Amino acid sequence: MSGEIIGTYATAIFLLIGAGFVAVGVIGLLKFNDPMTRLHAPTKVGTVGIGALLVASIIHSYTLGDSSYHELLILAFLFVTAPISANFIAKVNIHLGTCETPPQPDRDDTWATLETPDEEIAKS
Amino acid sequence: MARAYQWLLPHPFLTLLLAIVWILLQNEFSAGMAVFGIILGIIIPRMTSIWWPDTPNSFRLRKMASYSLIVMWDIVVANIQVAWIVLSVPNSKLKPAWVVVPLDLVQPEAITMLAGTITLTPGTVSADLSDKGHSLLVHVLHTDDPDSVVEEIKTRYEARLKEIFA
Repeated sequence: MSGEIIGTYATAIFLLIGAGFVAVGVIGLLKFNDPMTRLHAPTKVGTVGIGALLVASIIHSYTLGDSSYHELLILAFLFVTAPISANFIAKVNIHLGTCETPPQPDRDDTWATLETPDEEIAKS
Repeated sequence: MARAYQWLLPHPFLTLLLAIVWILLQNEFSAGMAVFGIILGIIIPRMTSIWWPDTPNSFRLRKMASYSLIVMWDIVVANIQVAWIVLSVPNSKLKPAWVVVPLDLVQPEAITMLAGTITLTPGTVSADLSDKGHSLLVHVLHTDDPDSVVEEIKTRYEARLKEIFA
Protein backbone atom coordinates (compact mmCIF):
# COMPACT_ATOMS: atom_id res chain seq x y z
CA MET A 1 0.00 0.00 0.00
CA SER A 2 2.73 2.49 -0.90
CA GLY A 3 0.27 4.88 -2.56
CA GLU A 4 -1.54 5.29 0.71
CA ILE A 5 1.73 6.00 2.54
CA ILE A 6 2.76 8.64 -0.03
CA GLY A 7 -0.71 10.19 0.24
CA THR A 8 -0.50 10.31 4.02
CA TYR A 9 2.92 11.95 3.96
CA ALA A 10 1.82 14.47 1.31
CA THR A 11 -1.23 15.34 3.41
CA ALA A 12 0.96 15.83 6.46
CA ILE A 13 3.44 18.04 4.57
CA PHE A 14 0.70 20.27 3.16
CA LEU A 15 -0.95 20.51 6.58
CA LEU A 16 2.37 21.65 8.06
CA ILE A 17 2.95 24.23 5.30
CA GLY A 18 -0.58 25.59 5.68
CA ALA A 19 -0.42 25.72 9.46
CA GLY A 20 2.98 27.44 9.25
CA PHE A 21 1.71 30.20 6.95
CA VAL A 22 -1.41 30.73 9.06
CA ALA A 23 0.82 31.00 12.15
CA VAL A 24 2.97 33.63 10.40
CA GLY A 25 -0.21 35.54 9.54
CA VAL A 26 -1.25 35.55 13.20
CA ILE A 27 2.24 36.64 14.31
CA GLY A 28 2.10 39.51 11.81
CA LEU A 29 -1.32 40.56 13.08
CA LEU A 30 0.02 40.71 16.63
CA LYS A 31 3.41 42.23 15.82
CA PHE A 32 2.70 45.18 13.52
CA ASN A 33 1.60 48.33 15.31
CA ASP A 34 -0.19 50.29 12.59
CA PRO A 35 -3.63 49.24 11.26
CA MET A 36 -2.61 49.48 7.58
CA THR A 37 0.46 47.24 7.91
CA ARG A 38 -1.51 44.94 10.18
CA LEU A 39 -3.94 44.44 7.31
CA HIS A 40 -1.20 42.88 5.17
CA ALA A 41 -0.39 39.88 7.32
CA PRO A 42 -3.74 38.04 7.56
CA THR A 43 -5.12 38.85 4.11
CA LYS A 44 -2.00 37.63 2.34
CA VAL A 45 -0.44 34.88 4.27
CA GLY A 46 -3.95 33.51 4.72
CA THR A 47 -4.36 32.80 1.00
CA VAL A 48 -1.47 30.36 0.74
CA GLY A 49 -2.05 29.08 4.28
CA ILE A 50 -5.66 28.12 3.66
CA GLY A 51 -4.79 27.04 0.09
CA ALA A 52 -2.27 24.51 1.41
CA LEU A 53 -4.77 23.22 4.00
CA LEU A 54 -7.35 22.71 1.24
CA VAL A 55 -4.80 20.89 -0.96
CA ALA A 56 -4.12 18.62 2.02
CA SER A 57 -7.86 17.97 2.25
CA ILE A 58 -8.05 17.03 -1.46
CA ILE A 59 -5.08 14.64 -1.18
CA HIS A 60 -6.56 13.10 1.97
CA SER A 61 -9.90 12.47 0.30
CA TYR A 62 -8.04 10.81 -2.61
CA THR A 63 -6.07 8.48 -0.35
CA LEU A 64 -9.32 7.45 1.34
CA GLY A 65 -10.69 6.63 -2.13
CA ASP A 66 -13.54 9.13 -1.84
CA SER A 67 -12.34 12.00 -4.00
CA SER A 68 -13.73 15.49 -3.42
CA TYR A 69 -13.37 18.73 -5.38
CA HIS A 70 -15.36 21.08 -3.16
CA GLU A 71 -12.06 22.52 -1.95
CA LEU A 72 -11.41 24.07 -5.38
CA LEU A 73 -14.67 26.00 -5.05
CA ILE A 74 -13.82 27.12 -1.52
CA LEU A 75 -10.46 28.36 -2.81
CA ALA A 76 -12.05 30.19 -5.75
CA PHE A 77 -14.66 31.93 -3.58
CA LEU A 78 -12.00 32.83 -1.01
CA PHE A 79 -9.80 34.40 -3.70
CA VAL A 80 -12.72 36.41 -5.03
CA THR A 81 -13.93 37.71 -1.65
CA ALA A 82 -10.65 38.29 0.21
CA PRO A 83 -9.67 41.48 -1.73
CA ILE A 84 -13.10 43.02 -1.06
CA SER A 85 -12.89 42.74 2.73
CA ALA A 86 -9.30 44.06 2.63
CA ASN A 87 -10.51 46.96 0.48
CA PHE A 88 -13.24 47.85 2.99
CA ILE A 89 -10.85 47.72 5.95
CA ALA A 90 -8.41 49.98 4.07
CA LYS A 91 -11.16 52.52 3.36
CA VAL A 92 -12.23 52.53 7.00
CA ASN A 93 -8.60 53.18 7.98
CA ILE A 94 -8.43 56.14 5.57
CA HIS A 95 -11.64 57.62 7.02
CA LEU A 96 -10.61 57.13 10.64
CA GLY A 97 -7.20 58.68 9.95
CA THR A 98 -5.43 55.81 11.69
CA CYS A 99 -2.82 55.71 8.92
CA GLU A 100 -0.76 58.24 7.00
CA THR A 101 -2.92 60.42 4.76
CA PRO A 102 -2.74 58.97 1.24
CA PRO A 103 -1.18 61.16 -1.48
CA GLN A 104 -3.42 62.92 -4.00
CA PRO A 105 -4.14 61.07 -7.25
CA ASP A 106 -2.19 62.31 -10.28
CA ARG A 107 -4.93 62.88 -12.80
CA ASP A 108 -8.18 63.16 -10.80
CA ASP A 109 -9.39 65.37 -7.97
CA THR A 110 -9.64 63.00 -5.06
CA TRP A 111 -10.07 59.37 -4.01
CA ALA A 112 -13.53 57.88 -4.48
CA THR A 113 -14.03 57.21 -0.78
CA LEU A 114 -13.15 60.80 0.22
CA GLU A 115 -15.34 62.36 -2.44
CA THR A 116 -18.13 64.51 -0.96
CA PRO A 117 -21.39 64.69 -2.87
CA ASP A 118 -22.18 67.98 -4.61
CA GLU A 119 -24.18 70.40 -2.49
CA GLU A 120 -27.06 70.54 -4.96
CA ILE A 121 -27.43 66.78 -4.90
CA ALA A 122 -27.21 66.76 -1.12
CA LYS A 123 -29.98 69.36 -0.82
CA SER A 124 -32.46 67.68 -3.13
CA MET B 1 -29.35 32.85 -35.79
CA ALA B 2 -26.94 35.37 -34.34
CA ARG B 3 -29.80 37.05 -32.48
CA ALA B 4 -31.05 33.75 -31.10
CA TYR B 5 -27.52 33.06 -29.89
CA GLN B 6 -27.39 36.54 -28.32
CA TRP B 7 -30.72 35.95 -26.59
CA LEU B 8 -29.83 32.50 -25.30
CA LEU B 9 -26.22 33.18 -24.33
CA PRO B 10 -25.70 36.84 -23.47
CA HIS B 11 -22.59 35.90 -21.46
CA PRO B 12 -21.11 32.65 -22.81
CA PHE B 13 -18.23 32.56 -20.32
CA LEU B 14 -20.63 33.06 -17.40
CA THR B 15 -22.66 30.10 -18.69
CA LEU B 16 -19.53 27.95 -18.84
CA LEU B 17 -18.44 29.10 -15.36
CA LEU B 18 -21.85 28.36 -13.82
CA ALA B 19 -21.88 24.87 -15.38
CA ILE B 20 -18.41 24.15 -13.96
CA VAL B 21 -19.41 25.47 -10.50
CA TRP B 22 -22.52 23.28 -10.56
CA ILE B 23 -20.51 20.16 -11.42
CA LEU B 24 -17.98 20.96 -8.68
CA LEU B 25 -20.78 21.54 -6.16
CA GLN B 26 -22.32 18.15 -7.00
CA ASN B 27 -18.89 16.56 -6.70
CA GLU B 28 -19.54 14.10 -9.52
CA PHE B 29 -19.12 14.38 -13.26
CA SER B 30 -21.80 12.72 -15.34
CA ALA B 31 -23.69 13.64 -18.52
CA GLY B 32 -26.85 14.43 -16.54
CA MET B 33 -25.00 16.81 -14.24
CA ALA B 34 -23.33 18.55 -17.19
CA VAL B 35 -26.67 19.04 -18.95
CA PHE B 36 -28.32 20.38 -15.79
CA GLY B 37 -25.33 22.68 -15.21
CA ILE B 38 -25.65 24.09 -18.73
CA ILE B 39 -29.42 24.60 -18.22
CA LEU B 40 -28.67 26.56 -15.03
CA GLY B 41 -25.93 28.41 -16.89
CA ILE B 42 -28.49 29.56 -19.47
CA ILE B 43 -31.31 30.41 -17.03
CA ILE B 44 -29.28 32.35 -14.43
CA PRO B 45 -27.59 34.83 -16.84
CA ARG B 46 -30.99 35.49 -18.46
CA MET B 47 -32.67 36.14 -15.10
CA THR B 48 -29.89 38.42 -13.91
CA SER B 49 -29.22 40.14 -17.25
CA ILE B 50 -30.50 43.46 -15.82
CA TRP B 51 -27.37 43.65 -13.66
CA TRP B 52 -25.02 42.75 -16.52
CA PRO B 53 -25.86 45.40 -19.11
CA ASP B 54 -22.50 45.32 -20.89
CA THR B 55 -20.41 42.44 -22.04
CA PRO B 56 -16.66 43.04 -22.22
CA ASN B 57 -16.25 43.29 -25.98
CA SER B 58 -13.37 40.86 -26.04
CA PHE B 59 -12.06 38.39 -23.55
CA ARG B 60 -9.17 36.09 -24.41
CA LEU B 61 -9.51 32.87 -22.46
CA ARG B 62 -6.05 31.51 -23.26
CA LYS B 63 -4.29 34.72 -22.17
CA MET B 64 -6.49 34.66 -19.06
CA ALA B 65 -5.29 31.13 -18.24
CA SER B 66 -1.62 32.08 -18.50
CA TYR B 67 -2.31 35.22 -16.46
CA SER B 68 -3.90 33.09 -13.70
CA LEU B 69 -0.87 30.81 -13.62
CA ILE B 70 1.50 33.80 -13.32
CA VAL B 71 -0.62 35.26 -10.50
CA MET B 72 -0.74 31.92 -8.65
CA TRP B 73 3.04 31.62 -8.86
CA ASP B 74 3.48 35.24 -7.71
CA ILE B 75 1.15 34.64 -4.75
CA VAL B 76 3.27 31.71 -3.56
CA VAL B 77 6.63 33.50 -4.05
CA ALA B 78 5.45 36.75 -2.51
CA ASN B 79 3.85 34.92 0.42
CA ILE B 80 7.26 33.55 1.33
CA GLN B 81 8.75 37.07 1.06
CA VAL B 82 6.04 38.55 3.29
CA ALA B 83 6.41 35.71 5.79
CA TRP B 84 10.13 36.55 5.90
CA ILE B 85 9.40 40.28 6.40
CA VAL B 86 6.92 39.47 9.19
CA LEU B 87 9.41 37.26 10.99
CA SER B 88 12.65 39.17 10.43
CA VAL B 89 12.08 42.93 9.99
CA PRO B 90 11.52 44.82 13.27
CA ASN B 91 8.69 47.33 13.38
CA SER B 92 11.05 50.32 13.59
CA LYS B 93 12.78 49.37 10.31
CA LEU B 94 9.57 48.68 8.39
CA LYS B 95 8.96 51.13 5.53
CA PRO B 96 5.30 51.09 4.56
CA ALA B 97 4.26 53.48 1.80
CA TRP B 98 1.27 54.70 -0.17
CA VAL B 99 1.73 54.32 -3.91
CA VAL B 100 -0.39 55.85 -6.68
CA VAL B 101 -0.67 53.67 -9.78
CA PRO B 102 -1.83 55.61 -12.87
CA LEU B 103 -4.21 53.38 -14.82
CA ASP B 104 -4.26 52.80 -18.57
CA LEU B 105 -7.14 50.32 -18.26
CA VAL B 106 -10.64 51.67 -18.77
CA GLN B 107 -12.96 48.65 -18.55
CA PRO B 108 -14.41 48.25 -15.03
CA GLU B 109 -13.96 44.46 -15.19
CA ALA B 110 -10.27 44.86 -15.97
CA ILE B 111 -9.73 47.41 -13.17
CA THR B 112 -11.53 45.11 -10.71
CA MET B 113 -9.28 42.23 -11.70
CA LEU B 114 -6.17 44.39 -11.38
CA ALA B 115 -7.23 45.57 -7.89
CA GLY B 116 -7.99 42.01 -6.84
CA THR B 117 -4.64 40.78 -8.14
CA ILE B 118 -2.79 43.55 -6.29
CA THR B 119 -4.52 42.65 -3.03
CA LEU B 120 -3.96 38.90 -3.45
CA THR B 121 -0.24 39.23 -4.14
CA PRO B 122 1.28 39.76 -0.72
CA GLY B 123 2.99 42.99 0.23
CA THR B 124 0.49 45.22 -1.57
CA VAL B 125 -3.15 46.11 -0.85
CA SER B 126 -5.26 48.10 -3.28
CA ALA B 127 -7.11 50.62 -1.12
CA ASP B 128 -9.09 52.91 -3.37
CA LEU B 129 -9.81 54.19 -6.85
CA SER B 130 -9.80 57.88 -7.73
CA ASP B 131 -13.17 59.51 -8.35
CA LYS B 132 -12.94 59.38 -12.15
CA GLY B 133 -11.18 56.02 -12.20
CA HIS B 134 -7.79 57.07 -13.54
CA SER B 135 -5.58 56.09 -10.58
CA LEU B 136 -5.42 53.29 -8.07
CA LEU B 137 -4.27 53.80 -4.48
CA VAL B 138 -2.05 50.97 -3.27
CA HIS B 139 -0.51 50.40 0.14
CA VAL B 140 2.88 48.66 0.21
CA LEU B 141 4.04 46.80 3.30
CA HIS B 142 7.80 47.24 2.97
CA THR B 143 9.69 48.94 0.17
CA ASP B 144 12.79 51.02 -0.37
CA ASP B 145 11.76 52.20 -3.81
CA PRO B 146 8.02 52.90 -4.31
CA ASP B 147 8.50 53.72 -8.01
CA SER B 148 9.75 50.21 -8.77
CA VAL B 149 6.55 48.79 -7.23
CA VAL B 150 4.44 50.92 -9.60
CA GLU B 151 6.62 49.84 -12.50
CA GLU B 152 6.23 46.17 -11.61
CA ILE B 153 2.44 46.39 -11.27
CA LYS B 154 2.17 48.17 -14.61
CA THR B 155 4.44 45.85 -16.61
CA ARG B 156 3.64 42.54 -14.95
CA TYR B 157 -0.14 42.75 -14.47
CA GLU B 158 -1.64 45.75 -16.20
CA ALA B 159 0.02 45.09 -19.55
CA ARG B 160 -1.27 41.51 -19.55
CA LEU B 161 -4.78 42.56 -18.52
CA LYS B 162 -4.79 45.06 -21.36
CA GLU B 163 -4.12 42.20 -23.78
CA ILE B 164 -6.88 40.07 -22.23
CA PHE B 165 -9.51 42.82 -22.48
CA ALA B 166 -8.06 44.45 -25.60
